[in-house]
Amino acid sequence: MPAQKDRWVSSLVFLLSCVSSIPQCGSASLQQEQSPQHYFSGLEAGKPSLAFFTPTVSPGAQPFLEHVESSAEALQDYGVSVVKVNCPKEDVSRYCGKENALRKAFLFRGNRLIREFPTDALFDVNSIVANVLFALLFNEVKYVETLADLENIENVLKGKSNMVFAYVPATGTAEHRAVMEAAFVYGTIHQFVLTTEAALLKATSQDDPDVSSAWLLFCHCQQVTEPAQACRRTALAQPLTLLNIHRHLKLMAAPLVTEVAEDPEKISTVHLQLGLPLVFILSQKETYEADRRTAEFVAWQLLGKAGVALLSRDLVELNVLQRSNVALKTPDEGMPIQYLVLEDTDEVITLVEDKNKVKQIQEYEQEEEEDEDEKENNNQDIQDDQVVEAVSRDKKRELPLEQILVLTEENFHSSLSEAARTVVVLFYASWEAVSLAVLRSYSEVAAHLQGTPGVLLSRVNCWDWTGLCSQENVTQFPTIRIYQEGQQSVTYGGMWGTEELSSFILLSQVSCPLKLATMDEAEGYLRGEFPSELSSHHHPSLLGVFSSATREAREAFEEAGNILSGHVRMGMYFEDDALALSQKYSVSPPALLLARSGGRSVEGITLSEHSVQDMVQMIRYQLLDIFPEITVPNLPQYLQLGKPFLILFSAGDISQVESKEMLKLAKGRPQKTFVVCWLNLKKTPVGYGILRTYFSTTPPLPLLLWVNLHAGGQVFKFPSEQSITEMNILLWLERLQAGLEIPSSTLSEEDWKPPLPAYDFLQMMEPSVPELSPHPGDTPAQHPPKNPGGDTAGGDSATREEPSQESTAEEGGAPGRGLRGTAPRLAARDKQGKRHSEL
Amino acid sequence: LGLALYASSLCAISGATFLYHDYCVIGAGPAGLQAAYFLQQAGRDYVVFERSHAPGSFFALYPRHRKLISINKQYTGKSNSEFNLRHDWNSLLSHDRRLLFRRYSRDFFPNADTMVRYLEDFASLLKLRVQYNTAIIHVTLEKNEKAWNGHYFLLTDQDRKNYKCSSLLVAAGTWVPNVVNFPGSEYVEGYETVSINPEDFTGQTVLILGRGNSAFETAENILGVTNFIHMVSRSRVRLSWATHYVGDLRAVNNGLLDTYQLKSLDGLLEGDLEDLAIVKDKKGKLHITLRFYLENRNISAGIDSITLPQDELDNFATRAPYDRVIRCLGWKFDFSIYNRSLRMMPGKGNIKKYPQIKPNYESRGTRGLFVLGTASHSVDFRKSAGGFIHGFRYTTRAVHRLLENRHHGVPWPSTVYPITQLTNSIIKRVNEASGLYQMFSVLADIILLRENATAFEYLEEYPTGVLAELEMQTGRKARNGLFVIIMEYGRNFSGADKDVFYYNRAVGEAQHAWQSNFLHPVIYYYKHLPTEREMRLRPPEWPLPRPNAIHHIVEDFLTDWTAPNAHILPLRRFLENCLSTDLRNFFAESCFLFTFTHQKLPPSCQQGYIRMQGLLGSQELRQHAVQAGLLQDYTHTDFSGDRPPDSHHGSQEHLMRDHGIPVRPLQHLVNAKDE
Repeated sequence: MPAQKDRWVSSLVFLLSCVSSIPQCGSASLQQEQSPQHYFSGLEAGKPSLAFFTPTVSPGAQPFLEHVESSAEALQDYGVSVVKVNCPKEDVSRYCGKENALRKAFLFRGNRLIREFPTDALFDVNSIVANVLFALLFNEVKYVETLADLENIENVLKGKSNMVFAYVPATGTAEHRAVMEAAFVYGTIHQFVLTTEAALLKATSQDDPDVSSAWLLFCHCQQVTEPAQACRRTALAQPLTLLNIHRHLKLMAAPLVTEVAEDPEKISTVHLQLGLPLVFILSQKETYEADRRTAEFVAWQLLGKAGVALLSRDLVELNVLQRSNVALKTPDEGMPIQYLVLEDTDEVITLVEDKNKVKQIQEYEQEEEEDEDEKENNNQDIQDDQVVEAVSRDKKRELPLEQILVLTEENFHSSLSEAARTVVVLFYASWEAVSLAVLRSYSEVAAHLQGTPGVLLSRVNCWDWTGLCSQENVTQFPTIRIYQEGQQSVTYGGMWGTEELSSFILLSQVSCPLKLATMDEAEGYLRGEFPSELSSHHHPSLLGVFSSATREAREAFEEAGNILSGHVRMGMYFEDDALALSQKYSVSPPALLLARSGGRSVEGITLSEHSVQDMVQMIRYQLLDIFPEITVPNLPQYLQLGKPFLILFSAGDISQVESKEMLKLAKGRPQKTFVVCWLNLKKTPVGYGILRTYFSTTPPLPLLLWVNLHAGGQVFKFPSEQSITEMNILLWLERLQAGLEIPSSTLSEEDWKPPLPAYDFLQMMEPSVPELSPHPGDTPAQHPPKNPGGDTAGGDSATREEPSQESTAEEGGAPGRGLRGTAPRLAARDKQGKRHSEL
Repeated sequence: LGLALYASSLCAISGATFLYHDYCVIGAGPAGLQAAYFLQQAGRDYVVFERSHAPGSFFALYPRHRKLISINKQYTGKSNSEFNLRHDWNSLLSHDRRLLFRRYSRDFFPNADTMVRYLEDFASLLKLRVQYNTAIIHVTLEKNEKAWNGHYFLLTDQDRKNYKCSSLLVAAGTWVPNVVNFPGSEYVEGYETVSINPEDFTGQTVLILGRGNSAFETAENILGVTNFIHMVSRSRVRLSWATHYVGDLRAVNNGLLDTYQLKSLDGLLEGDLEDLAIVKDKKGKLHITLRFYLENRNISAGIDSITLPQDELDNFATRAPYDRVIRCLGWKFDFSIYNRSLRMMPGKGNIKKYPQIKPNYESRGTRGLFVLGTASHSVDFRKSAGGFIHGFRYTTRAVHRLLENRHHGVPWPSTVYPITQLTNSIIKRVNEASGLYQMFSVLADIILLRENATAFEYLEEYPTGVLAELEMQTGRKARNGLFVIIMEYGRNFSGADKDVFYYNRAVGEAQHAWQSNFLHPVIYYYKHLPTEREMRLRPPEWPLPRPNAIHHIVEDFLTDWTAPNAHILPLRRFLENCLSTDLRNFFAESCFLFTFTHQKLPPSCQQGYIRMQGLLGSQELRQHAVQAGLLQDYTHTDFSGDRPPDSHHGSQEHLMRDHGIPVRPLQHLVNAKDE
């Protein structure tokens, strides 16, 4: 049988022409046999034949016989002979003798009966051919009823051969016949699978299919390398006819992308021969890889609709625009090849699917581009600064500023010297957003501190009193200064937040460092009870203890106090019994006593630094927590250490166990090569934003991450199945250090570019102000109209040529620019030029 | 310091005795006193020579009718002292708030006597060193290699007393009346001496030569009592509200235009005064004729033999005889006292009344000689306000700063700011700076960028004409690009023949700002300091050469350029695109997120939050930002997997989606072909 098939394949052209002209084919091929004996004796081994046994005269079978006669021709092409066997009257053998046998057709291979058909299943030529072939190709065409069956077949085929899966609404139809005929030819090359189950159809096609029409899928299983991978499918878009199936299979067998290195006019591929267009993707050496990928992508989309060829411009001289990137060759004779500039693969596909649309698309696109430009301009007008926008939305709300004294050039100096011990001045500009945002917090501070004796809050609007502000050497807005009688003013250098500001103002009231006179005061100070002004203030207290011999250290400490004034609570004690005090905490003067949480833990630190700067740094460092909860305001302090973060994200407070383990970890590493911390998502919900950026969704919490904030930006996730213990973490960190872990995410390396382009006034002015155009005698260096800073508009070059294209293309190629940087821009430039000349 | 020791010391050179000063200033008018103030503030050794016994001798005489046409605005609704100087055209610059002109006069157009009193106070309150009754009658040079400029200036006064200076500041004004010589010009009265009593003109017919403010001021004074007044001059009348040049005819003086156009006998004529001739008849009436007729006359014949134009053209316009002819032709600089070696040359064309000077106000002929005040108006004649107090008080300061750098190594004052303050510092200045406003297109604020554009240096009111020499003139470095901020009128808006009241003359939309007509800020961006050659080849009528990028802040009816969306936002986008960075402000929360999600931070976070100066923002503000879609609220987050819209990247992508740009990667397909 395979041998026969080979022959059939070679005779395909004949077959096709024959199929397409069935009515003309004569009916002479129907054999007549005088008797069953005669018939059976004449059967050749292995040769199929379809036999009808009829009484000599049987009027009822007449129409049926007509079909049989006409199908004989068709079946002959598949090597099946159709034989009408006359039953002599007296014959009572198996086929002639029984009444019901006469209503059947019998398919024999050699003399072996393969199948008997009731004549009502053979209602026309199609059904006869379909059923006969279906029976003959029992092994070649698998019939499936369930999706599982189909998938099993598919899985077996993966990596071996392709599959043709057909759904026909019923057997015996013309479509069924077409599938069977195709299977007869291609059955050894592809695995044919047939179903009549509508459910299967629904399972295999994406959209709601019409169960009354047939459907054929070509499944590309051969190239599938991994079992888990699905076979790509290409549906036959035309009606199921033998010709269409044949064409489809032919196209599926053609190479996906043809590499072309000759004049496209002379190229002919199977697609063109089959009446399909051929799309050329124009490529060149530099971009070959990318173009090849594009071509393949397009080819998959167009599979069955058009061919795709990759044309190398380096090898072929093309007399077309340098910008053209796609060419289209239609099968129509004499039609020239179209060269196009398309920006998108979708356009290529539309181009093929509806050639008429191409023109429209390009025209429409232009309009759209203009719309887009307009839109873009509008976008430029839309405020994208969150602070400015927030402030202008809050503009109408009247601020409770009654508590804040308005200072002017007239009353500024007098107010400073008046009763209040501490005068806080906010210098701001009434038009400036950050100033106004701070003014809002400042009004909250005023409410907060209302009734605090000795504190006067005031403000100077530098837009009204510019002279005063420059006199006070205020060059930036906002600035907050604290003026105290007899002292130099202190400029606030902390976070612009209500709490931080209030705390600063409170701390500034007390001199820094505060000189403590008695042992009791010193003890009270460490407990946070002294001085009483600060008793409500829960900051760590720092007490410098000095003996009379350590004057140098004391002076440095005092100096450091001046610098840290307002930020740190600092006291000092240098009475005679200073030694006793320090020894209580097992240090000897000069020493620092650091009391946290109301004096419950006091840490003694021996002072070895004597330079002011070192001491300031040391104090700042000592004040940092070992295992802090990271919050928006305190992050910068820890960031300054310049170390990676080991951070535990927790949905709320962390559990005792985790806290203990993490603390152990933090304390166990005195050299502190990384910051151990945690983040309370309830308190710092922006942490969700971080997690979402890393993992796109929020992973289960708590979650331990290693974040290389300063080097490389990799983020590693502690395996969630492991419990958070010091041991596990250390082991994980070791693996991590050894490079055995794969980062879950990496911090974006993107630069902070301008969010939107600016108005290009230079370009707008050019047409109307001709003298603005660069002087003809200028050197190229004086030709600088390239937009500053990679303006994405790239648009100033309406009057320029080659170099500008280059530069724009470079800009377009920059990462993160996407499609916007390239063709639409280039197209837009021409139009912009046009538009502005109309101004 | 070494030079200071010479101060006031007598030194004898070739027999003559010289009194030495580092700086000599000629003239104690507004410019001379202004220069003296700055020299005094800087502690320099200087002296001012004044020919009169008091300062402002010009104002003691002029304007003859005593009404100053420089406005003295009492109220602006603002307390910003710098802004208010924009509408105070009479005060000089000083730290002393008593010396504001509005404290001297309540008149919108004050009396000239007030100006004299003001100048007297300015000199005395500030204890300026002015030597009165000293008329410098000769200036010459003495070569000396050790001198600042290779020579000393030797000055001689009316008493033959000699003075020697290293640097000479000429603030002598233009006080020599312009005269025209034609046959019969002896019958012409000068503005400087003509009667200012209207009664003297009762029932007379008057011809006024000239068409400036002095001519109209004279006419205005006698308009009500004369038969009619005719005015003749070469050029057409230019109205200052049409040209935006304060030296042209001011509306305060233009009553005659009214009567002319309403056919009330007064009239204007155009003609070259050089072609005129005046003949007096027996009745003492003055007839206009042409010089041409006089040249052909028979000398022996009397007045009757002279051809008058009406003999040939019987409807000749000025055929009626005049009782008086008054010359009001303005003044010119006194070139006579300068030795030839100083090469003090008059300018060419319409600036011939001024000495030739360079854009840094230094004489073209002599190094070290600077011309200040009205006489320095050639730099911006008919363009800006450099010839008037409200203009030259700033150019004088600029010259002082140039001198400080040149001779004392004091670089041009500047302030260094972090880049986050860039938009703010520009907005602050364009809204209040008076020097930029008055000396539009002549003085410019300069922003010098520091490396990597993380900081910048701000220089105020530098003369645009010497931009190319900025590094040498200021002692500041401009290696990383610069912005130049000036104010401009629309290019085709102002002019003598322009209709400045046409409909839609004002531009309201930021994107059309370049078409703004009224004075508005313009920012030029240069990647490199323009060269001398580029300055020379700049487009005509352009203050500066072609920049790498330009930005116009749209004109504003209130000259208040602080609107967040119309003024500040487009400016920020321009600056961002010049510097290729993101200059938005962010709340601390956003910076916190960026710290954990980006390796680099925007300047606002880098220079604020990271340095523990983050903007935490009040609850309301954060709420507004969330509502605006510029800040993500994570408290009630549903984890739909959307990118936070406040993330830079997210918004970009969002934008692209909005534009319907498919994210499918075909860019290689396209852009590769363009190369």
